[in-house]
Amino acid sequence: MSSADIYREIILDYYRNPRNFGKLENPDIVKRDSNPLCGDELEMHINIKDNKVADVKYTGKGCAISQASASLLTEMMMGKDFDEVKKLSKEDILENLGLTELGPTRLKCALLSLKVLKYGIYSYLIEKLKDTSSADKIKKEASGLF
Amino acid sequence: MQASILNVEKIRKDFPILQRKVREDKPLVYLDNASTSQKPIQVIDAIRNYYLNQNSNIHRAVYALAEEATSSFEATRDKVAKFVNVKNREEIIFTRGTTEAINLVAYAWGRKNVEKDDIIVTTEYEHHSNIVPWQLLTKEKGAKLEYIGIDDNGELILDQLDKYLETGRVKLVTFSQMSNVLGTITDTNKIIAKCKKAGVKTLIDGAQSVPHMQVDIDNMGCDFFTFSAHKMLGPTGVGILWARKEILEEMPPFHGGGDMIREVHKYETTWNDLPYKFEAGTPNIAGVIGFATAIDYLSQLGMLSVREHESQLTKYALEQISKIDKMKIYGPTDISKRGGVISFNYADIHPHDLASIVDEDGVAIRSGHHCAQVLMERLDVAATSRASFYIYNTEQEVDVLIKALNHAKELFKI
Repeated sequence: MSSADIYREIILDYYRNPRNFGKLENPDIVKRDSNPLCGDELEMHINIKDNKVADVKYTGKGCAISQASASLLTEMMMGKDFDEVKKLSKEDILENLGLTELGPTRLKCALLSLKVLKYGIYSYLIEKLKDTSSADKIKKEASGLF
Repeated sequence: MQASILNVEKIRKDFPILQRKVREDKPLVYLDNASTSQKPIQVIDAIRNYYLNQNSNIHRAVYALAEEATSSFEATRDKVAKFVNVKNREEIIFTRGTTEAINLVAYAWGRKNVEKDDIIVTTEYEHHSNIVPWQLLTKEKGAKLEYIGIDDNGELILDQLDKYLETGRVKLVTFSQMSNVLGTITDTNKIIAKCKKAGVKTLIDGAQSVPHMQVDIDNMGCDFFTFSAHKMLGPTGVGILWARKEILEEMPPFHGGGDMIREVHKYETTWNDLPYKFEAGTPNIAGVIGFATAIDYLSQLGMLSVREHESQLTKYALEQISKIDKMKIYGPTDISKRGGVISFNYADIHPHDLASIVDEDGVAIRSGHHCAQVLMERLDVAATSRASFYIYNTEQEVDVLIKALNHAKELFKI
């Protein structure tokens, strides 16, 4: 993908005007991760109520792609059924960001947010819901991201 | 445009990689020399020649091939000694690189000489390789690691060193002769003079300085000096540790194995003489032989000329980059105090985005923390972009960078 295709309005807008930026008090899910190659950092806070995402926030620093991806992902999750959120895939994110042919290095930037989300859900399933069956699947998906 | 003191056009012909195109049809503009330099055909041929004609293990076998290989390998030691002005060839130890050389000192010298409550002093602009080995050592020994800070110009605040030296507990002051991020050239003489007066040992990380300026270890009067071949036209996987003979003789070995022994019995071993005591196992023979050719290449150009070429180019690049609005440049503005390294941040564009965008125009610059996260914290940034120059770079290439930065400006609507 050329830079002109990557850095379109949608990426710049989400980068410069991040949605759901911040932290939650007593969140049900807290997960933090970084991309050691780039130094992109991300922390996601999620509240689950009645099996739905009641609220979600993130903080972080990094390139436009990583931050726009996190910003957009929080929007995609808000109010959704927890089961639907569990199913969010790499393709969903990339399609929404309009990033279809990223090189391997930049792909990591775009998928850091999903990785944080998946690991967050994994911890939640194990620690709070004691649900090991679907947790293993989520963990596998997360580790397969990069 | 000023003519360079080096015949850059001729030099460029020696570097096959500079002829290639990247991103389909863009000439490669390689500006990541602080990370690793490109290699001239002479070095590549020397490595090839070893594998084609001399391949054998060194030091032990008596046949012709091994004799030739040993003699080429050992000739490099003499060349290195001469290049950085060291009198005793046995004080030159081959390592895998600067990182291994520093770890060798931290492990072999540090473990023997550093005790609880002792202090190791480093600086805020060190590469991780001159921080982490000392963290490991001081944590193990219950000693302390202290930092000389930097001022807003990117220079060391040397008064802070006095404070540490006054405690009487400092065992070693370890610092880079040139910062790999800011390009700052350290006032080496001043630090060494202070340390000598206090009876404290000094280690210099010359990974960024030896490739770019004349270095005279004998005159400097430090105790340990380290550098790498791959940043100075040589192959990866070869580095140098120099230390005074008296110190090396007192140090226990680092790695145990072949070549570093005199006699091995079931439960006891005696050590080989210097430098072999610190060169266990089969080394990077091809790499070391290639390094000799790299030193020849630089010697022919002359390090004073190399430095002048880079100063001129850096001055030009600084002028051009500073013309761009919303550009933040780090490090000294005085060209006599900085090497050919320029770190910068452009408006709110993250360095990774910036490096991606200029890459589309064939420009290779570095983005990230440059293995200097302590410095990034001090500068209060997550990352910077960095352009760094060498003997084959030109003002035209700086212009391509500037054009690429303008491209980024348009994309990010700055």
